[in-house]
Amino acid sequence: MTSLAFDRVSVRYAAHAALSDFSDTVKPGEWLCLIGPNGAGKSSLLRSVAGVVKHAGEIRVDGTSLRFRSAKRRAQLIAYVPQSPVLPDDMSVREYVVLGRNPFIAHFGQETKHDWDIVDDVLVRLDLSEFAERRLATLSGGERQRVVIARAIAQEAPILLLDEPTSALDIGHQQQALELVDKLRREHGLTVVSAMHDLTLAGLYSDRLCLLHQGYRVATGTAAEVLRPETLAEFYGVSARVHHEPDGTVVVIPYRAGDVSDRH
Amino acid sequence: MPVAIVAACSALLLGVMVGPAGPVWWRVPLALVDHLPFVSIDSGVTPREWIIIWEIRMPRVVLAALVGSTLALSGASYQGVFRNPLVDPYLLGVAAGAGLGATVVFTLNRSGTSSWIIDPLPLSAFLGGLVAVVLTYFVGTAFGGRRSSATLVLAGVAVTALATAVQTFVLQRNTDVIRQVYSWILGRLSTASWGDVRLVIPYVVLSTVTLLIHRRLLDVMRVGEDEATALGTSVDRVRIVVVIAATLGTSAVVAVSGLIGFVGIIVPHAVRLLAGASYRTIIPLSIFAGATFLVLADIPGRILQNPSETPIGVVTAFFGAPFFLLLLRTRQANR
Repeated sequence: MTSLAFDRVSVRYAAHAALSDFSDTVKPGEWLCLIGPNGAGKSSLLRSVAGVVKHAGEIRVDGTSLRFRSAKRRAQLIAYVPQSPVLPDDMSVREYVVLGRNPFIAHFGQETKHDWDIVDDVLVRLDLSEFAERRLATLSGGERQRVVIARAIAQEAPILLLDEPTSALDIGHQQQALELVDKLRREHGLTVVSAMHDLTLAGLYSDRLCLLHQGYRVATGTAAEVLRPETLAEFYGVSARVHHEPDGTVVVIPYRAGDVSDRH
Repeated sequence: MPVAIVAACSALLLGVMVGPAGPVWWRVPLALVDHLPFVSIDSGVTPREWIIIWEIRMPRVVLAALVGSTLALSGASYQGVFRNPLVDPYLLGVAAGAGLGATVVFTLNRSGTSSWIIDPLPLSAFLGGLVAVVLTYFVGTAFGGRRSSATLVLAGVAVTALATAVQTFVLQRNTDVIRQVYSWILGRLSTASWGDVRLVIPYVVLSTVTLLIHRRLLDVMRVGEDEATALGTSVDRVRIVVVIAATLGTSAVVAVSGLIGFVGIIVPHAVRLLAGASYRTIIPLSIFAGATFLVLADIPGRILQNPSETPIGVVTAFFGAPFFLLLLRTRQANR
């Protein structure tokens, strides 16, 4: 299992600072969930780890800075599922999932039988075998999400980054997708960092939450510690009640301001 | 794949067999077999007829195959690397830029330069083509962003117009070579010789091998710059190498064959429709399909208006233009 450490990581887009001096350590096998309003810097943080945007500061995987890793080696360690992945319409599921093997194939090389075996194995485990030859354009939202996760799993990287993995899904498929990630995490000992908007689901699946606001880390801890009405009001500007279930689940329920007294 | 190879070989054979002058068609394969080492059969072909086969038809057919395969392969590669199904060497302005580069060499006393150790014609065409494609890319992405298919094509049209205008200007100032250049623009397959084949073959081989080994990476590029980067690919390096290789091949064949349109867009799309959308198959199949297409397209030109010839560019445009419109239409419908 692999740890992921951030040391004063900053991301800038031209004059705009998207993320400022973020420091944290994600323990091996931990699931850290980044929460925060739109534009808080969640995606920028994930993109900097994936190598898609440049960053200042240090990101260390098992103690070694990513600066000293080649793009290929980085991709062997870190699998990234973006917020809106590009799924070429006429590509087949199997052709798409094998792209996850890219970090293991020499620049001018081709996939070996071993690579295709891994792909077929991943398809079986994610219940996608019957879709193998289907074109991506013909898949439903839930199936598409599973295919993208399958590509990330085929990458066999110990760190999995998920940017809003459930935003396009209905409540049933949200649960399926997160259960799948949790199952894979346990099977492979993955370290997971995800960005999520649904605070209840974020608290339910992750080990720890980290609240970002305007590029700064403002709170971190368990769901019970971070998801408090005053915190949510301050950083999201939302009026919400926080309900604690007997099993420890923290449920965030928005309400309409001024409406409270009318409710029974 | 085997089907494509058989089709290409059959087309080559058919191309050698037919023509306005020379032996009866069925004697040609016999003559070819007769000329294999250690084989001797009576083909009934006279030495004069053999010269027609070997010195006139063969180089023409071989050159058509090289030109067709290179244009189709470059077209497929440009489509992959720009993630834009509507581009081909023609629409990106590469052909026009290469044409301009070649024209400049023509105006600089062609008879003098062709005896140089390295013929400057393909190199100058390459330089022209490279400048054109870089210009198209920057104009296209500056105004339309990386996702706009239409803007890149429009930029290509603008660059083509510019290159053609400069070419016309250069020609007006060098009226002595106008005739030479225009006959070249319409396609020079009719005067193909083994010398032309020798001239292009190093460039074609270099470009083909480079593009073939990038076929897997073109699939990786299809998920976009960010994801390809996150998958460990140096997107810029792949883009530069593929564009240079495709431009080198295109320019070299443009330098000997003139401007032959639509091959680079019809062939890869036909392959895509028949064999699927992975560049792993599109790239190698385009080589054979392109060769087949152009050798076949060259045949009607040779026999239709005997003894004057229909330029091959006319034949490819005749099939290509409607196909392109059809393609635009289906894409519009898919949106």
